[in-house]
Amino acid sequence: MTAASPVLPQLPKAPTGIEGLDDVTDGGLPRGRPTLICGSAGCGKTLLSVEFLVRGIQEFDEPGVLMAFEETADELAANVTSLGFDLKQLQADKKLRVDHIHVDRSEIEETGEYDLEGLFIRLGYAIDSIGAKRVVLDTIESLFSGFSNQAILRSEIRRLFRWLKDKGVTTIITAERGEGNLTRQGLEEYVSDCVILLDNRVINQITTRRLRIVKYRGSTHGTNEYPYLITEQGISVLPVTSLKLAHAVSDEIVSTGVSGLDEMFKRRGLYRGSSTLITGTAGTAKTTLGAAFALEACRRGEQCLYFAFEESPQQLIRNMRSVGMDLQPYVEQGLLRIEASRPTLNGLEQHLVTIHKLIGEFKPACVVIDPISNLVSVGSITEVRGMLTRLIDYLKVQGITALFTALMSGSKANQEMTEEGISSLVDTWLHVRDLEGIGERNRGISILKARGMAHSNQVREFLVTDEGIRLLDVVIGPAGIVTGAGRHTQFLQEQALALAAQQEVERREREVERKRRVLEATIANLRTEFESVEEELRHVGQEEQQRQQDQRQARQQVAQGLAPRPGGTSAAEPTNS
Amino acid sequence: MDEEIWELRLYVAGHTVKSVTALANLKKYCEEHLAGRYRLEVIDLLQNPQLAEGDQILAIPTLVRKVPSPIRKIIGDLSNQERVLVGLDIRPLDPK
Repeated sequence: MTAASPVLPQLPKAPTGIEGLDDVTDGGLPRGRPTLICGSAGCGKTLLSVEFLVRGIQEFDEPGVLMAFEETADELAANVTSLGFDLKQLQADKKLRVDHIHVDRSEIEETGEYDLEGLFIRLGYAIDSIGAKRVVLDTIESLFSGFSNQAILRSEIRRLFRWLKDKGVTTIITAERGEGNLTRQGLEEYVSDCVILLDNRVINQITTRRLRIVKYRGSTHGTNEYPYLITEQGISVLPVTSLKLAHAVSDEIVSTGVSGLDEMFKRRGLYRGSSTLITGTAGTAKTTLGAAFALEACRRGEQCLYFAFEESPQQLIRNMRSVGMDLQPYVEQGLLRIEASRPTLNGLEQHLVTIHKLIGEFKPACVVIDPISNLVSVGSITEVRGMLTRLIDYLKVQGITALFTALMSGSKANQEMTEEGISSLVDTWLHVRDLEGIGERNRGISILKARGMAHSNQVREFLVTDEGIRLLDVVIGPAGIVTGAGRHTQFLQEQALALAAQQEVERREREVERKRRVLEATIANLRTEFESVEEELRHVGQEEQQRQQDQRQARQQVAQGLAPRPGGTSAAEPTNS
Repeated sequence: MDEEIWELRLYVAGHTVKSVTALANLKKYCEEHLAGRYRLEVIDLLQNPQLAEGDQILAIPTLVRKVPSPIRKIIGDLSNQERVLVGLDIRPLDPK
């Protein structure tokens, strides 16, 4: 008995190696126990089982036994060759044993009591001969068509599962989906450890395969329906990439490729590894913005992957060349890769897988998807949201800077995107719109949100010029920001005003100059006048001094007895005006 | 057909009650209807498990009629004589 004792913190698990399935099952299938995989025809039960065995051998070195009730070993080998599984080689290496069990009602006559010990012996022999750890019984229900005694059959199947558990092999049992039941023969009642349901659904002519873990005793597991695909590499289950929201972030800034746009962000660009959404109505240069971003990435020498869902690569390159962005050299250098496909070519999941695959191959630093809104045409809003969530999450985990464009219709655009829930997924949301005035349309860009970065709140008008996108300076008119012809008028008006103001200033300067000169002249006059007055005063002073001196001399002479000489010095004159 | 030697194989797994009963039953029918014209081989899968694959044995006990063709299989302890004989297609050879 290999069942885990309750003290063990974690049920021992056998990883399947199938992309995504181990995430959903939190590590794999219950080790040493049977797992039931049920589903309707064509949903890949056999494929999943075979992949479980092959991956078990290749990745975990656990040999496996495949008991095929429906197909012969050769048929099976042929069927999975396209996935790159070489069953023959694995069989030759004694890692795999394929045992075809043929049950034909017409050949068998039942008389009296019997049991299925033969099956046990064959299985036991197969397991022991290669030391198998994994067993697949595909599809054990075929036994029901071969034997008529249900009572014996059921008790034998019960015994078989018990026996497999005792053997300690991890087993997958496949079964057809029944009406109302998980399986046609009610096998789920025998397998109590893990039941996985595969579903194949056609909605709007597009097939989506989904996987759900109905139960997994003793383990946590994802409970949702997870889309899965049968790809060239086998089954690929796409959980919400990781069940956790924990990815590393970068503090590095990358340019948007439009310098004016970079300046609208406080840190002049976008965070590396963030995702940006550009929404806008038709003809608002979303693709051009996307191409500018791609081009900038290539200029930095980074690899960029451009998914074009509207234009062919050639068309895109030609159109971008017309606005001065030449992508061709980078395509030739291998830095830029343009992947164009019609959205309706595949289902959503297939698109997602294609994107995953290309990203895995190309390992780009930047990804542009233009536009994501076209994918809506291949699925419902819920599905698209689910897909985009996974995609964005995947890109973030990979640390890829992503830019998506989305076409929106008219007025309730913002609302729509919010409904699709995309806005909450992206870090930065730019909105380009038509600023429609009288007789003209102008393009405006604004930042609706930018996580973790201050940004401009203005709607900036921009032009698509021969040299790419150019953001125009903000012009504020009497009634707010003006654009287009209004901007032009405003500009002319401002120029006229500026000229008038300039002339006014000059006129005033001249006036001042004139006044200055007048005043200076007046000052000169006054100074001259002052000088002449000063001269006169000095003259008067000197005469006065002379006169007093004369008087003193006269008095001295009088005192010395000398008669004053008549007509002596003028200073002696008493009246000299 | 009279000339033909019947080749019968009985697959058992150890000496279980069912196996023993089946063998006893089979021997009885053969002696009654195919005396001297049959060859019976008893294969114990516990000893030779690799032989189970060749004849597509699932149930135990299984009686396989190798010759005359086509191959017929009868499973169970062979307790129902009529069904065994029909299963082995012996009846027409039993006019005596």
